[in-house]
Amino acid sequence: MNINATLIGELIAFVVFVMFCMKYVWPPIVGAIEARQKEIADGLAASDRAAKDLELAQEKATAQLKEAKAQAASIVDAAKKHEAKIVEEAAGKAQAEKEKILASGHTEIETERNRAKEELRQQVAILAVAGAEKILERSIDAAAHSDILDKLVAEL
Amino acid sequence: MSSTAVASEALTSQEYIKHHLTNLTTGEGFWTWHLDTLGWSVFLGLVFLFVFRRVAKNATSGVPGKLQCAIELIVEFVDDSVKSTFHGTNPLIAPLALTVFVWVLLMNAMDWVPVDLLPWIISMVSGHEMSHIYMKAVPTTDPNMTFALAIGVFILTIYYSIKVKGVGGFIKELTTQPFGHWSLYPVNFILEMVTLLARPLSLALRLFGNLYAGELIFLLIATIGLFQLPIHFLWAAFHLLIIPLQAFIFMMLTIVYLSLAHEDH
Repeated sequence: MNINATLIGELIAFVVFVMFCMKYVWPPIVGAIEARQKEIADGLAASDRAAKDLELAQEKATAQLKEAKAQAASIVDAAKKHEAKIVEEAAGKAQAEKEKILASGHTEIETERNRAKEELRQQVAILAVAGAEKILERSIDAAAHSDILDKLVAEL
Repeated sequence: MSSTAVASEALTSQEYIKHHLTNLTTGEGFWTWHLDTLGWSVFLGLVFLFVFRRVAKNATSGVPGKLQCAIELIVEFVDDSVKSTFHGTNPLIAPLALTVFVWVLLMNAMDWVPVDLLPWIISMVSGHEMSHIYMKAVPTTDPNMTFALAIGVFILTIYYSIKVKGVGGFIKELTTQPFGHWSLYPVNFILEMVTLLARPLSLALRLFGNLYAGELIFLLIATIGLFQLPIHFLWAAFHLLIIPLQAFIFMMLTIVYLSLAHEDH
């Protein structure tokens, strides 16, 4: 064992290395590690929060879905009722229309018949007169016998 | 590990071992410099700082690369060791522990370089005979190296003891225990001084002793001829344990001594 100046040299080297390590090596590496640890911790906390949020959102979505279903059912119900009402109304209207048309048809027929009757009466009157004239082959005072003719016509 | 020494034709086993345990030196007396110890230790220290500095410069808090992962593993290991022992706030202890651990680990790892490989390469390059080349490549087998580390730690221990407790507090700690009576203060002082001085001494000698012995066994194995290869392999495999363990012990004791310096009784 010979202790000599080498010891001094190594001591200086040791001091320089430790100082360099303390200034330029240790802080950045430990800083990066600590920053990453913080990032991971934050990430885990965020994921926890997100999971909780998801659960809440799912619950909310389920509730909303239920509500929407109920609403849809009620809407469908209302629509069905409405439809029935419309159909009923339309049937009623059609019935009324039908009756109206039928009534007007009857009236028209009646009018036509009356007119034809009237015309027929006059024709018959003329015909009867003409027939009588021919049968009698005599001049008959139309005016004197018109009351008889009228009576005849009225009996038709 | 090594193949049988090429130069052993010219040297006896004893001479061969002695040759390999001699440093490459320059200078006289106290001002002798061990060029191999200085060169390898500074080179390995620079390798450590270069690699770690490169990672530190590109350190990202996002997804780290493979090298950054490996470096962070070491840094966190050291950081955990420091935090489990030292509970104050001191910006020096953790980087000091990291430097001690990685530097000592790298220097110990030079034990795995075959004992004759470096002298052989140098003799090939320079053309000198291997018996004239001195190259002790494991810096921690040089007591100058281990004592430099231990004395550095010791100085820091004294510095923080005085800084935390004050000069009076430090002297009080050295004299008032373990015996409480004033007449026994000199006895206390002697006991405490032994405790205090034993720390750097044991710190330096433990590392030196372990690595020196390991190297010596490698050299002994290198002298036995043909059967050395499996034995070399076994001994090197055993060093998988010794090399990191000694580095870890040195780091842990550094942390313990410095945290003791911070404790106020």
